Amino acid sequence: MSVTLRVDIRASLSLVGSVLKYLAVPLCLPVVVALYYGETVVPFVATMALTVVVGIGLERLEPDPDLRAREGLLMVALTWLAVALVGAVPYLIEAHGLPPLVATIHPESTLANPANALFESMSGFTTTGATVLGDISFESHTRSIMLWRQLTQWLGGMGIVVLAVAILPELSVGGAQLMDAEAPGPGIEKLTPRIAETARALWGAYLGITLLEIILLYSLSVTGIDPAMTLYNAVAHGLTTMPTGGFSPESRSIEAFSAAAQWIIIPFMIAAGTNFALFWHVLSGEPKRLVRDAEFKFYLGVLGVFTALLATVLFTGGFAATAPAGGTYDAAYLENLSAAIAGQAEPAIRHALFQAAAIVTTTGYASLDFNAWGPAAKGILLFGIFVGGSAGSTGGAVKIVRWYVILKAVRRELFTTAHPEAVRPIRLGGNPIDERALRGIYAFTSLYLALFVLAAVLFFLDAQRVGLSVTVLEVVSTAATAIGNVGPAFGQFGPMGGYSSLSEASKLLFVFLMWIGRLEIFPVLVLLMPEFWQR
Amino acid sequence: MRVVIVGAGQVGSSIAADLAGTHEVIVVDCDPERVEELNYSLDVLGVTGDGTSVATLEEAGIEDVDMVIASTDDDETNIVVCSTAKAISDAFTIARVKNTEYLRTWERSKRAFGVDFMVCTNLLAAESIVRMIGLPAARDVDPFAGGQVQMAEFEVDADSPVANQTVAEADRFDSLTFVALLRNGCVEIVRGDTVIKPEDRVVVIGSPGSVQEFARSVAPEESPGSAEEVVIVGGSEIGYHVARLLEERDFQPRLVERDGARARELAERLPKTVVMESDATDIEFLEREHIGDADVVVSALDSDEKNLLVSLLAERMGVERTIAIIDADEYVDLFETVGVDVGVSPRGVVAEEISRFTLDGNAENVALIESDKAEVLEIEIDAESLLAGRTIQESTRDLPDGVVIGAITRDREFITPRGDTVVEVGDHVVVFAGIDVVDDVTARI
Repeated sequence: MSVTLRVDIRASLSLVGSVLKYLAVPLCLPVVVALYYGETVVPFVATMALTVVVGIGLERLEPDPDLRAREGLLMVALTWLAVALVGAVPYLIEAHGLPPLVATIHPESTLANPANALFESMSGFTTTGATVLGDISFESHTRSIMLWRQLTQWLGGMGIVVLAVAILPELSVGGAQLMDAEAPGPGIEKLTPRIAETARALWGAYLGITLLEIILLYSLSVTGIDPAMTLYNAVAHGLTTMPTGGFSPESRSIEAFSAAAQWIIIPFMIAAGTNFALFWHVLSGEPKRLVRDAEFKFYLGVLGVFTALLATVLFTGGFAATAPAGGTYDAAYLENLSAAIAGQAEPAIRHALFQAAAIVTTTGYASLDFNAWGPAAKGILLFGIFVGGSAGSTGGAVKIVRWYVILKAVRRELFTTAHPEAVRPIRLGGNPIDERALRGIYAFTSLYLALFVLAAVLFFLDAQRVGLSVTVLEVVSTAATAIGNVGPAFGQFGPMGGYSSLSEASKLLFVFLMWIGRLEIFPVLVLLMPEFWQR
Repeated sequence: MRVVIVGAGQVGSSIAADLAGTHEVIVVDCDPERVEELNYSLDVLGVTGDGTSVATLEEAGIEDVDMVIASTDDDETNIVVCSTAKAISDAFTIARVKNTEYLRTWERSKRAFGVDFMVCTNLLAAESIVRMIGLPAARDVDPFAGGQVQMAEFEVDADSPVANQTVAEADRFDSLTFVALLRNGCVEIVRGDTVIKPEDRVVVIGSPGSVQEFARSVAPEESPGSAEEVVIVGGSEIGYHVARLLEERDFQPRLVERDGARARELAERLPKTVVMESDATDIEFLEREHIGDADVVVSALDSDEKNLLVSLLAERMGVERTIAIIDADEYVDLFETVGVDVGVSPRGVVAEEISRFTLDGNAENVALIESDKAEVLEIEIDAESLLAGRTIQESTRDLPDGVVIGAITRDREFITPRGDTVVEVGDHVVVFAGIDVVDDVTARI
């Protein structure tokens, strides 16, 4: 019996399979690391086998998939789900072993729980950087599994589908539409006549900048400036800065490193929040495009304002450090933290800039525990969670360009109140924006904020159900960082805390939020509309 | 000189009338009645036929003709006439167009379309309107390099800020070059230490914006600044170009257009103009937007009667100056009699430009200073030029005294000439030269 569907699910699944089987290639990297450190390769080799078998199996469903608009959306949404599911497998195998072949390895790991493993994997691929690891250390986790965490972020950063378009010839025709569905920000800019070349150019820039960061970070330990920045750490942080991911193998995040390392990471976070197409223009001999770009200028302005506000608060010591309810911080720690910054220009500016960049670009690193800051600084950061990187960057959240356009639209509304007949197109760097695109931006932003509120309410209700004590700030900030792919929130979910105390239901809610947030809502939400499946 | 004019409409007839006295004129038109009429009213030869056909042109005696002027109302016809004429003769060709895109193409490569000289109706009309708005203090204004460069002549009053300053002191303007002083009927080329005295007239060459700025500082009272409020009624092509040129001079005009789609299009193309979608005869709207407080209202609607109506209405509401575009040449005087301050006829402006050009008899774009004491020339630099590939400092040593390089345009971009500026092949250079050295200069540059 064959059922004719309006959407060719088989075609979509087949393409998901094509992408999935290639996941075996990046899995080689943790295998090499495991061999180097004498750790078990079983979690990765088994996952490689699984992803190849499942991938090829799915691919066989439709030997000649026809990619149309709806199939493309379905394929993009499913690819991210499938990749997150496969990405969770190494965590599970590392915890449980591979019975009966291999005995239990790390049963005490929080990743033994499938919901946690999926959370961690989705958080990785969507570059959220929220973690459920109970204990971030090499005592309870292998170096190879920790590297897999960073690697998922690096793969997810520029986009699995963009990568697929770059390497899979069968995606060359619908590629632009696929990238549009996946890439952050309204619309993509074709850099070259062939979409695969554009995808390759973007990935090339991404790879290049990542390597540059790794080299610079590693040079710190070679020159003895920061011995903590070992090759492993340099690679791990290089892999998580450029995707604005934020997974660090250090439990203290970037606080564990010297001021020099923090200063190196800052410009790379800022670069990660920049439209990658601009780097391409700079490299192809048009550096003026970077400074002329309206969004880029606005982005730097926003970072500047956030930094100035935070630096003022930090410099004046105006952050009344408060111990969290759990009492993680002792008085001495807080006093040290406060005294180290107040009245000192360099640390005040460094931490302000670092934290502004980390939050606005949605990287989510911490150069110190901003959770211990007072309400003023926290309030500023909470706003930052909603800003997001530039369109075409790896950053999440609403995106700078949308806020820029919305601000301009508000100004226009004020103007037309006084002059009702005035016709004023909204311009982005001199180019007028189509009114339809403008409506899309309004719709996205309102939907984003509505979903954020809905998520916060659901999370709060679930926390009440299971008796988890949460503050309003914790509820609001976690919902915002999940949908914005930022990572750390406040309170017990702060940069030095984790999400492992959540109920299974809340974890799955957050998995959904991260997924929907990474794909900018519409590609996922449209699947829930009956119209999508009908004629 | 034998001149063939194709198209015996308003423009063609007007040019024919101007040239008939001094040249042999042949007029070609496909309307036998018009040809007949011209045959009797002017001392010209009329030929009936299609100017784009070789047969008609041969009938007009194209092989002995020195110049062909294509002045029909249709851009494409005019261009085809010129390229046909170019293909079968050596005549100098002049085409009149409305569409500025053709002008842009032609300016890029002056051999395009087989046209030797191209005039754009809409642009010329807009330029003359903007000159009237912007520089009432100027004695003379001439555009060069497709409007990218202006030469202007100003009289300096005793209370003018630049009076009794040296040129070096007065030279506060980015893209402006002081070229000469006219003192007691003599032309004096300026140097840095030349003192500008009251009653002198200064000749400057620069970008339209900087000339505007200079006008404001020479005669602050007389020169409307960018604070001047200009309202353009009607988003026709001329209305658009007026707004665009005003924007270039730092004005922030307002433009009223009734059609929604056209208003949106104009708003997209004119970032510094406030475009409003409304009927300009809606009194309530005019009052709400305080149109009566405007300094200048330009009516650029597509009908003469509407332009008259809008101008009179604006005048009634208290507008200081009204400028109306008048399609029918013969209405200009009439409209000015009943209340429009200035009537501008696009066809009249074009006919004037072509006649002026033709009578000058020179392929270069020329302006005469003080009748014939000096000339301002626009020259395209070729590889043989003395200037090509050298800095201005180097080339000046080989040029006679009495020459100033006033402005350079490269790919339609204005470049201020300074000592270290290198002139490239293909640049357009605007040169001021005393009359005694003009021939020498044109030969070397």
